[in-house]
Parts: sequence; structure tokens; C-alpha cells
Amino acid sequence: MTANNDNTLDQEHAQQPKMVTVEIDGKPHQVPAGITLMKALWYTGQEVTRGAGCLGGFCGACGTYYRTKDDPKVKTCLACSHAVEDGMSFSFAPSFPARKATYDLNVLENPKQDLFELYPETPLCRNCNACTEACPQNIDVREGVWKAVFGDFKTVSETFMDCVMCGMCAPVCIADIAPSLVAVYASRAYGVREMEKPPGLADRIKAIEDGQYQEDWNRVLNMTDAELQQASANIQ
Amino acid sequence: MDIHALHEVVHTSRDARRTHILPKLSPAERDTLIKKYHPDHREAAYRPVVFGPNKGDLTVRELASVLEGDSPIPTDLPLEPDHTVDVLVVGGGGAGCAAALHAHAEGAKVLLATKLRLADSNSVMAQGGMQIAVAPNDSPVQHFLDTLKGGHMKNDHDLLKTMVEEGPSIAKWLLELGVLFDRDADGNLHVKKGGGSTKERLLTCSDYTGLEIMRVLKDEVLNQKIQLLEFAAAVELLSDEQGACTGAVLQDLDNKRFVVVAAKTVILATGGIGRLHIQGFPTSNHYGATGDGLALAYRMGSPLVQIDTFQYHPSGGVYPEQLVGQLVTEGIRSEGGHLVNAKGDRFVNELDTRDVVSSSIIRECEEGRGVRTATGRVGVWLDTPLLEAEQGEGTLDKHFPAMVRQYERYGVDIRKDPVLIYPTLHYQNGGVKIDSNSETPVKNLFVAGETSGGLHGRNRLMGNSLLDLMVFGKRSGMTAGARVKTASQGKLTLNHLQRFRAEAKKHGVTGQVTSPMVLPAYTRMHTA
Repeated sequence: MTANNDNTLDQEHAQQPKMVTVEIDGKPHQVPAGITLMKALWYTGQEVTRGAGCLGGFCGACGTYYRTKDDPKVKTCLACSHAVEDGMSFSFAPSFPARKATYDLNVLENPKQDLFELYPETPLCRNCNACTEACPQNIDVREGVWKAVFGDFKTVSETFMDCVMCGMCAPVCIADIAPSLVAVYASRAYGVREMEKPPGLADRIKAIEDGQYQEDWNRVLNMTDAELQQASANIQ
Repeated sequence: MDIHALHEVVHTSRDARRTHILPKLSPAERDTLIKKYHPDHREAAYRPVVFGPNKGDLTVRELASVLEGDSPIPTDLPLEPDHTVDVLVVGGGGAGCAAALHAHAEGAKVLLATKLRLADSNSVMAQGGMQIAVAPNDSPVQHFLDTLKGGHMKNDHDLLKTMVEEGPSIAKWLLELGVLFDRDADGNLHVKKGGGSTKERLLTCSDYTGLEIMRVLKDEVLNQKIQLLEFAAAVELLSDEQGACTGAVLQDLDNKRFVVVAAKTVILATGGIGRLHIQGFPTSNHYGATGDGLALAYRMGSPLVQIDTFQYHPSGGVYPEQLVGQLVTEGIRSEGGHLVNAKGDRFVNELDTRDVVSSSIIRECEEGRGVRTATGRVGVWLDTPLLEAEQGEGTLDKHFPAMVRQYERYGVDIRKDPVLIYPTLHYQNGGVKIDSNSETPVKNLFVAGETSGGLHGRNRLMGNSLLDLMVFGKRSGMTAGARVKTASQGKLTLNHLQRFRAEAKKHGVTGQVTSPMVLPAYTRMHTA
């Protein structure tokens, strides 16, 4: 690898791997500074079966509680996308048996009303805001729950587009609401029942069924490899 | 040197670059570039498979040992079924969920087993979008030709025609389930242009396309009360005397017990191989991407195709260290983001195919025009602030909220500063040979999604994977679900495993490797 000395980034912890002390499930460990909480678990020799998923911050499998040095506040994060700090304490969040309602969105009479049948606890929100504080994605969860109660499912779908379904909003709820599940319901109901179907899509499906592309297919599928290569190089 | 000082060349060169258009390479130039720099052409990384259906075929060493590895199952394992179902789906990602839902809709009794949680997958991470020819100026035939060109003309024509023609009806299905694709003002599906495509064809849900689809599919699998077994890895298939597939042995990862499933049909949707870290590359893949389905199908005698070619996504994170290997969405390049070397120059048309763009990044770095980090990693700049300059402030927040958040966590503001990237192991282009109903040459064994091969040729086009998952998940589910109405449950034997072990012994393969891997052994490696 050739590289001149001018294009080297400063990364203090990487240049001389500095170790920090973290507490995992109450036990102190030395781990390299700057690695993710997930890598710290592996580094300390812990087999991870539950609690790891996409490792890219999208699946919500690795919801974790952590506290930084001398701060009483326990926060949440995704272990795959959060870096260790000296003096930090952390533990994986255990799985939580929140109830998911089951429904057929196409046969519900009035999804906005039916929310109160499917998830009757939703309007019992007491505005404590613990769900919002527990969200590692910085979603305004409490506001989203109220939007669902008021039937503004469009805003719910926008508010929760970042939701990775880690479910960390549920255990903190004193009204036993599972906001991420309410949000999936509201968001899907908005898509199924309120959004118009795109007109062009139906036309395209019909064109395919009617065989409108058959002539093109016959031409293309009878080409030799060389002709195909030419054809795909030529398309604009 | 401070990172901000290194950024400077990107900021100072930006205005000059905005008017500079780079031509796409000619086919001959592409070939030369790829042969010289693409990891698929590093001979030392390859070896022939010693025995089995692909005996003598070259593949990467990491995959060869997984294919030749020994089963964890004793040949005398009692095969009393713990579950008896019509369709066993192995895998809880996009293809597995689509397969389970369609088989269930056929009236079949379905069991979905996954070694992680339902929806923990690569699918959930797909940011770039899903290619479907819905725009008025586009057609399935154009989609076919673009994909063929991207795949170096090596795609299976039957599979490819099936995929592009079923695309629009998949979009309809997902909309009916409540997936919120981005729309134009007139209500039509908004389409973006992806690398290697001649038309705007990418359907998106901002940069959360995979997450939105998986939230909905997971919810629907649960609504349909499809039987689930999470944290249960398939470790062996079962066969009858004729060699047809009749079920599988799972291993419960919580208590390590074997679970025997009798099934009239089995659909493997176990995803790819990124966590084998081929050639030492970091990977964008999820924790369970260890090629389990390849090993299981191979032991049953199913041939694999194009197992010598892998996709290295051009933009894997390089800095900060916590983001190494993680995907930086291709959407940035789709919307006009430049790739810039340490001298402040562009060096490739950013919308060329992934193999060309990756090869050119590797060339820049090997020829000393890369930017090196203190950990010894090297990369080139992806000019994200350019999008704010071109399309106005707030563009990144609006179009790429996931990426803004991804970097914000580590104190990097991509609205103001570019990010450093290098290719990351992303996708297995080949896989188990299937027909257009997703069935393998082994009767009643289906494979859907990344585990299957042939569709993408030697290089998958951006956005074609999400469509692949849905189309072949659906077809495998429908075919398997329909077949069980007339088929009866075959006998459960491990005859194929006895044959496989005899072959291994004959070729002196001693079984030091247990396969499938199930999860990577990071505790021993200390780092991923």
C-alpha cells in the first residue's frame, strides 16, 4: 500500500490502542477505547446469541441500557452502534412480553376507532414522556402515541419511520402501552386504508398481463449473446 | 493530520467538480479495470472444491471449507418428529417472510424457523430501494437488459425475466399490505435512478426501504399466526429413499437441543455469506450471514452456480472505526454525490455498476491516491455536502435520515463534511441453482433470495435484491404451498449425509470444520 504521510487521520485511540474500563452486567472489564458495546462483549469473551441482529443499527435486536460515569441517568442505545466510554456501565435489555394485537387491515370497519379495541390502553397515556426518553432513535414517541389516539395516522407513519422496533419504549410505560406496535398498526392502516393506489402501477400490471411487451420479449430472447450485449450497451 | 484538514481538499475542489462530467467506461475498459483490481480476480484467494456436486469448481477458500464441512448431527440421531408441517421455511428475512405468507395463503401449515429473531436480516438494512419498472418511460424488458449488462451477460434468462415481469405485482402486494413507498405529487410511485440502470426505477421509503418492508412483513406474519421458532438454526436437512427433501433438523440455540421437523417441502431462505469475511474483508452483513443454506443444500446434492463471484459494495464505512464495514447508502451517489480521491479529483462515474466503482476505489487506494486512517485503513471521500449545495439545505435530512443519524452518533455531520469509504463485502452473487419456481434439482427443496444463484449473473444491480427476495419468496411459497395439497410426507432419513460423509472420507477431508457455522466466532477473534 503506498500512501504519503499527509493523508493520515488523527485517531488517538487507534494510534495507541487505549484501554478503558467498562462495567458489563455489573462486572468490570478492560476494553479498547472507541469500540462498540457489541464488540466490547465479544472482546470480553461473551458469546452473543440473543441480542445481536443486523449489526448495522436497523433491526433493534441489541437494545441496551447504559450509564456514563457518575451520571445517575440510565439511557438506552443500540449496542451495535454506540461506542464505549471510560467508566460506562451497560447491560443488554431483556426481551419484553408486550402484547401484539392481531388484525386484518382490509376488513376492519374503522381503523381509527378499532385502535381502541385492539390496543385499548393507548388513550390511557399519562404523558410521563418516559417512552420518548427511552427511544434510542430519538423519536418523539409520546407525541406519536397521541397522534394515533387522535387518528392522525399519517403523522404517526412519518414520526415512526425511524423506528427499529427495539421495543425499549414498552417496559417504561406505566399505562402498559407498546408504542412501537401501536405505530406499526397505525402506519399500516394509513397505507392500506387512506393512501390512494398509484394509477400508473395498475396500468403497468395490465400491460404486462395483456402481453404488450411480448414483441420486445420475442426479439430480445431470440438474440445471440453478442446481440444481447450490443442491445444492452445501446439502451439509453 | 486532523480530519478537518484532510476534508479541505473536498471542500476546495467541490465547485470545479460540479461541472465535470465523467464518461462511463467502454466494455473493454471495464473488463480491464475489473480484472486488475476486483477481489474476484485474486487467484490466491481461490481453490477448487474437493468433492460434491461442484467438485473441481473454484471458489473462495472460506466458502470451500464451509461446503466440505461436516454436519454436527450424529448419523444415528433419532428422527422422531417434534413438528410435522406442510412447509418449513428456514430464515426470517425478506424471502423467508414472503415465502411463509404465500405458502400460508395457499392453505398450507407453515413453520418459520430462524436462528435470530423474525426479521433480523440483511433485508432490514436495505437502504437504496427496490428496482421495479413502473415509470412510463420504462419497461420490464429495459429492466431485463440493464440487469443483464450489470451481471456481465451471465444472468439466467428465465429467472431474470420472471423477476422483472413480476415486479409491478409485487409493488401492488406490498402497497396492499401497507408499505409506504415514496410518492410523486400525482400519487404515482416515486422512482430514483440506481447505479447501472438506464431508467429511474428504484422504489424507496426514504432510506429505510428494507426496514419499512420488514416491519410490515413481520407484523403480517404475526397477524396470520404463522408458527414461529426463533433462535432455532437449521443444521441438517432430511431426505427420503429417493433423495427428495422431507424436513430438517434444527438446533435450538438456547438449550442446544436438536429439533426434528417433518415437512413435505422445505424453503431455504438463509441469506448470504458476509460473515465468512472472505479475503479478510469487513462486511455490511448481519450477524447470521454465514452461508448456512449453501452448506445444507450442498450436502443434499444440490449444485451451486457462480460461487466464484461476490459483490463488494463500493461504500463501506472506514472512519470512524465503529462504522468499519457498515454500509453507506448508494443513494448518495444516485443523487449525485461524488467520489473524491486524496487529491480532490473524481476518478469514476459514480453511477457505474458496483463492481466497476469498487474496482476503481481499490485502484485509487493501491496507487497512493487514497486517504489513510491511523488504524491503517484506507479509503476515498464520498462528498455528502455536495447534495446540500446542489439541492438545498435539508436535503440530507429529508432523503437520508438514517445516514445522518448513523454518523451523528459518532459526532460526524455529513451535511458539512464528507465521509471516508472503501468497498465492503456485501453480497453473494451466486448460490444454489434454482428454476423459476425457486425449486432446486433436489425435489421438494426450494431456495429463495440471496442463498439462490443465477439471477444476478456476476454482479447484482442495486435494488434488485429486495425484488429478488419478494418474487422468489412468493414463487417458492406458492409452489410449495400448492404442492402439499397432493403430496404426502416422505420418510425421514439421513441417507444423504451418510453418502456425503463417505465422499468426504474418500477424498481425505477429515471434518475439522463443523458446518453450517450458524454464528461467527467473534469471541475468539476478539474483533469483527
